[in-house]
Amino acid sequence: MAIFNLNVNGNQHQVDVDPDTPILWVLRDELRLLGTKYGCGIGQCGACTIHIDGNASRSCSMQVSQVADKKITTIEGLSEEINHPVQNAWRTHDVPQCGYCQAGQMMSASALLSINPSPTDAEIETAMRGNICRCATYVRIHEAVKTASQNL
Amino acid sequence: MSIIATKHNRRSFLKVSTAAGGGIVLGFNWALTGCSPKDAAKIPAEWHKLNGFLKIASDGLITIMSPNPEVGQNIKTAIPMIVAEELDVDWNNVIVEQAPLNTDVFTRQVAGGSQSLRHGWTSLRTTGATARQMLVNAAAKKWNVDPASLTTSDGVISGNGNSISYGDIASEASRLEVPEEVALKDPKDFKIIGTSRGNVDIEEIIAGKPLFGLDTYEEGMQYAVALRPPAFGLKLKSFDDSESRKVNGVNDVIQFGNKIAVLANSTWAAIKGQKALKAEWEEDSKLESTAYHNEELIKLLNTKADEPRRKDGNVEAQFTRADKIVEKIYEAPFLPHCPLEPMNFFANVTAEKAELKGPIQTPERTRKQVAEVLGRPESEVFIDLTRMGGGFGRRLYGDFVVESAQISELAKTPVKLVFTREDDMTAGTYRPSSKYRFKAALKDGKMTAYQLVGAGTNIGNATREDNFPASAMEHYLVESHNMSSNITTGAWRAPITNFLAYAEQAFLDEVAEELGIDPVQFRLDLFEQAKSNPTGELKYDVDKSIGVIKLAAEKGNWGKAKDGVSQGFSSYYSHNTYVAEIAEVRMDGNTPKVTKVVCAIDCGIVVNPVSAINQVQGGIVDGIGHAMYGNFSFANGQPQMSNFDGFRLIRHGEHPPTIEVHFVKNTSDPTGLGEPSLPPSGGAVANAMYKATGVRLYKQPFVQGEINIG
Repeated sequence: MAIFNLNVNGNQHQVDVDPDTPILWVLRDELRLLGTKYGCGIGQCGACTIHIDGNASRSCSMQVSQVADKKITTIEGLSEEINHPVQNAWRTHDVPQCGYCQAGQMMSASALLSINPSPTDAEIETAMRGNICRCATYVRIHEAVKTASQNL
Repeated sequence: MSIIATKHNRRSFLKVSTAAGGGIVLGFNWALTGCSPKDAAKIPAEWHKLNGFLKIASDGLITIMSPNPEVGQNIKTAIPMIVAEELDVDWNNVIVEQAPLNTDVFTRQVAGGSQSLRHGWTSLRTTGATARQMLVNAAAKKWNVDPASLTTSDGVISGNGNSISYGDIASEASRLEVPEEVALKDPKDFKIIGTSRGNVDIEEIIAGKPLFGLDTYEEGMQYAVALRPPAFGLKLKSFDDSESRKVNGVNDVIQFGNKIAVLANSTWAAIKGQKALKAEWEEDSKLESTAYHNEELIKLLNTKADEPRRKDGNVEAQFTRADKIVEKIYEAPFLPHCPLEPMNFFANVTAEKAELKGPIQTPERTRKQVAEVLGRPESEVFIDLTRMGGGFGRRLYGDFVVESAQISELAKTPVKLVFTREDDMTAGTYRPSSKYRFKAALKDGKMTAYQLVGAGTNIGNATREDNFPASAMEHYLVESHNMSSNITTGAWRAPITNFLAYAEQAFLDEVAEELGIDPVQFRLDLFEQAKSNPTGELKYDVDKSIGVIKLAAEKGNWGKAKDGVSQGFSSYYSHNTYVAEIAEVRMDGNTPKVTKVVCAIDCGIVVNPVSAINQVQGGIVDGIGHAMYGNFSFANGQPQMSNFDGFRLIRHGEHPPTIEVHFVKNTSDPTGLGEPSLPPSGGAVANAMYKATGVRLYKQPFVQGEINIG
């Protein structure tokens, strides 16, 4: 076990965990930030997507020791008033079915738009390809990313 | 407007009481409304019941309990919309709560079979209308006027120069008798039903609130991860947990039956503890492989069944005198369900009771299983329902709930049992592997006989013998074979038809081609035959079948594809809903890509269009995804795929960019939408791909290995 100082959603946290613990499980089990989801544990489904220094990252595949001193943002920290343009677009298009993957989808979408505010259809497809939606709401996810892009 | 009795067999199905703090609570019991759908035999008996309740508080807020488990079908929004419509309230004043399993108040707390709205429709409307009538009666009494002189709108009663809100009269209403008859609205007067209302949980979902079973956290809880036999047919011989117990955070390792559970302070510690277990397994029954299943299923297809599922006329005589016989075999693999939220459940089993909480499509049946395994009365078992991160049929089976209860009982601690993705995919309840042989006799430009033989692993009836083209064929024979397997199988979104529809619709496309008839016209001709001169019992609605085919052909510009676009057609009667789909494929170099799907669908009244379109689009993409990529196999009883690197799910960009959904406008009572759009999609795509490439597809998945189509 070791002590790590983490900066999550602008707050400092100290956790005492094994260094090999994926940041996903630190967020979920230690900090009880449960919006970040477990789906596969091998970086294949994107349900666990968070921002590390602003970049979309798979939290299931990054050890806590790799992210200490970095700026971590989870879905809970995407906006204070649930009004990030991506969240607004997800609301407008009523995107979710089961909703389980959607935090990861929104984190990938918001990271994309932060570096590319006007992505083409192909750029959206590439950026969102790592996020599986088992309910297959891809048509709406795509529309919502475009709407968010227009409302940045 | 229609009048409906609130009593059945002299028992009221509505129970009224005063709410704590003032107001009215109306409970209703759907089991007493005497619903008997035509195809009752096909649906488990417990699915025929449904009820719920609503509460009107003194402040005018309406709380509507949604008893059915929410698995992404958006029932938690649709059920309250129906109640609120007849109650005549402002949707903005409605609060929806997920009810726990409570068989004293509710029945049919099930998510499955696309049946919730179909069975709940009249009961839900009657409940809303009854509450409304009681509020009106209370106001009429207060003002000493005839109730018929009063009107309601948005939760306010008006008439004779008076007006009062529901909240202000609710307590008085709760002291009145339940009226014996109430009037239901004419569908043309609907203000909520048929309008798009966003998901009632949208704010929580987009904020990342802990809504799901995996998000459960209770004080004192331990995290449990279990090691199960790595192959079907193996049982536990011995195990060494010494390394597992050394993992930081691991508190206990216990054997339960054929499995071993690791209990820890965190999910990660429990996963590490599971990986550190050393177990020896021994053969308990045959270790089956995919090659073995394939061989046995083909043998069954060549075996005469003892009894046909349906036999009209004499197909053999027609085959003998046919000009040509078309005969094809279609093959489907097992499929795991892969809801993105893996199986999990919370359990706290104590001397007094067993408290459970989590995502389950069948809480009532599962409570019974848990009670049996624990050897306790059902009255000591409580199940609270969380939102489910998908189900697709997997959560109809309560094995993981039972496991959580067993672990909690043995370890004497509250636990949250978590499946890793590998656990979820390898300890599944899979879609059966199946094969179908179709045979058609062609003579004088017509299909004169139709024969189908189906076989599958633990499949029960592999066919849907009364579906089209039954009744359209004078000579028709359907047989089914079951192959017993020790691999657990079960319902997978649109059971049986998720593959059978593809096979049938691809086969009919090939027959139409052989006959030189347009595939849409070919189907229309057959339906006309079923209408004008049906053979045997006709068990589907011909007009609705024709209606969706014509609507799809019109909206999808059938036969008028743009240059470079190939169209494929498919239609199916799917879980009481009628669907027709046209897929468009374009070649991208040598790769066919599905660029568009046009769907026409008749599910009766569309309760919530924004959600209905989502369900239809999702079902189509799900169907295409599994038809194209879904491959699952076994070697010596062991699943050969265990995560999303080996088992391919459809991804963003692989879906058709355009999916048009056209609902047939009508006033029929609603049927379901959770499954119906899926079955026809594989056939529409296969038929379009044939036009684009000249290659007929007989096996799913269409894509094997690294070839990237779509």
